[in-house]
Amino acid sequence: MSALTTWRPRLAEGTAPVLVVLVALLIGLALAGPAYADPSGYLALLKRAAPLMILAIGQYFVIVSGGFDLSVGSLVTAEVVIAARLIDGQDSATGWVIPLLLGVGVLIGLVNGLITTRLLVPSFIVTLGMLLVLDGAVFLWTGGAPRGALSPSFRVFGRGGVDVPVLGLVPWSVVILLVVLVTAVLFMRGGIGRTLVAVGDNEDAVRLAGGKVEHLKILAFVLSGLLAALAAILLGGFAGVSAQVGQGLEFRAITAVVLGGVLLGGGRGSVVAAAAGALSLEALFSLLNLLGVSGALESAVQGVIIIAAVAYASLGSGLRHRLFPRKPNLEPAPR
Amino acid sequence: MTIAQAKAPLKRKLPAPRKVSFTPTVTVYLALLALLVVGSILVGLKGGVLLDQGGILNILTRSTVLGLVAIGQTMVIVTGSLDLSVAYLIGLCSLVAAETMAGSESMMIPGVLLALGVAAAVGLVNGLVITVLKANAFIATLGVALILRGYLEDNYTGPAGSVPRVFQHLGFDRVGPVPIASMLMVLIAAAAWWYLRRTRTGYHMYAVGGDIDVARLSGVRTGKTIVLAHVLCAVAAGLAGVFLASRLGSGAPYVGTDAGYDLESIAAVVLGGAALAGGRGGVVGTLGGVLILSTLDTVFDDLAVDPFFKDVVRGIVLILAVALYARRRLSGRSA
Repeated sequence: MSALTTWRPRLAEGTAPVLVVLVALLIGLALAGPAYADPSGYLALLKRAAPLMILAIGQYFVIVSGGFDLSVGSLVTAEVVIAARLIDGQDSATGWVIPLLLGVGVLIGLVNGLITTRLLVPSFIVTLGMLLVLDGAVFLWTGGAPRGALSPSFRVFGRGGVDVPVLGLVPWSVVILLVVLVTAVLFMRGGIGRTLVAVGDNEDAVRLAGGKVEHLKILAFVLSGLLAALAAILLGGFAGVSAQVGQGLEFRAITAVVLGGVLLGGGRGSVVAAAAGALSLEALFSLLNLLGVSGALESAVQGVIIIAAVAYASLGSGLRHRLFPRKPNLEPAPR
Repeated sequence: MTIAQAKAPLKRKLPAPRKVSFTPTVTVYLALLALLVVGSILVGLKGGVLLDQGGILNILTRSTVLGLVAIGQTMVIVTGSLDLSVAYLIGLCSLVAAETMAGSESMMIPGVLLALGVAAAVGLVNGLVITVLKANAFIATLGVALILRGYLEDNYTGPAGSVPRVFQHLGFDRVGPVPIASMLMVLIAAAAWWYLRRTRTGYHMYAVGGDIDVARLSGVRTGKTIVLAHVLCAVAAGLAGVFLASRLGSGAPYVGTDAGYDLESIAAVVLGGAALAGGRGGVVGTLGGVLILSTLDTVFDDLAVDPFFKDVVRGIVLILAVALYARRRLSGRSA
């Protein structure tokens, strides 16, 4: 009992609903598809979801600190195309290309962060501009179609796995995902992580309290870029080289984060919930697929879900405030 | 009472930035002028002429569709909102218009009216989701965009419907070098300018975008204002769809998204000096932003620049322009 009460507050506010949704979806999957009768089905789901979950964790850092990162989708495309061109099928190149890719991710994040904080351009515009620049630059460099090929040792991260007793073959992407998730959780529980959330909630307060707002915001963009590079390595291995590999991923990642109950504009939400949101999205798509809903309707369903999730979150909190008023309510009152 | 309150700060505000330097609107047109001069020289060096009849026609035609969408987008952005659904809405409206007409002249007016009606309905949904369900505008309109996309992908694989030959006059006729459609666009822009600057509900949009709580406390019906802005924005996008149907001769589901009118129109509005947070900006500046983007495109075409390089430059121009405004605002504040 006491263990429960000490453990419970650690589940950050807003995490519970998305976990309920996720469990419901997983049960639905188990009922709908025989593939989900044993752990390997769920491992396959996790493997598919890993890139989006990693992207969502990166996007979470930016969103919780009060910004947007619209450039991650085109960054993923850019990274995969760069990798294919530089590796060009040679296994020996893998060793130096992967650190280079991570470096490019960090660099793009750094540029995003510096422009946002030093030139005072809203992150929406900065990352939108970066999206255009990256998209254009990639195609300019490749002349319209990606060239080269990824090496087998590069693709191992997205495709291969490691044998674990009981579970069977655990994909590398799941291992990487777990490492990222645990690191992110520990980071957010630390001082820097907490201050990052505070920046999203009230920048001026953090500044007055002596926090380095600019550094924290830049850090959020750098982490987002780094994780986008990581997601690109997994996606490249999983799906191969194409110019469409990252298309729309930025909106999907934002959807996932919002689905996890993270407030756009910053200051509220947990990193676990953001990752759970991404997994829910992927589980939902798998479920729709099993139920025979056409792929075209996928996006329509995604649209309905994010509206419903956000509406639930804001109406839910409105209702809470009305029942237990704590401070003067500035939300629009019903007329 | 409310008008007086809304009007007074606006009128008093105008002379202040002039003292520091140019207003954003003036800056945009100066930039446009500079771009025209530099562009003419560059094109001239290559042995062409930028501003001959064909060049002007090119710039104006490109400006028409983007202009219509951006005028609508100006209203929502001034209100402090955002519309990401316009691109799919344009495709949908072009289909509704072309399929209703189905080549018969008698169905021209019903086709246009139905398309605009559909647009208004989508705008209403956008506005209501934002105001009643209290979803963030970014997510609400992204959700509606995804729903529209699902519908389009599920029902259409390519162009559908056809418009009668008479209706194509709207898309192709011109007086001298000036297309009729561009004149109509300028008329609509004038109407929008008058509406935003000279009517009570127009002032309310600035008030809501400036500070929604202050606006509410001064008696502005903020919810109504936001819904109205979204309906007007959607109708403007619907007009763009109708115009595209007239030019293409049929409806095309992805005509809006292929050109990226969602982010492009936001870029034009922001280039025109509007603040994404709302409360600042206007139709005149937006048109300047639209003209800059379409002039850039035309210059690049004349110079036979790689199309992908265009995206790179567009991204950089967008970031730099907004950075310029942000700096100015900062220096204005400290002065």
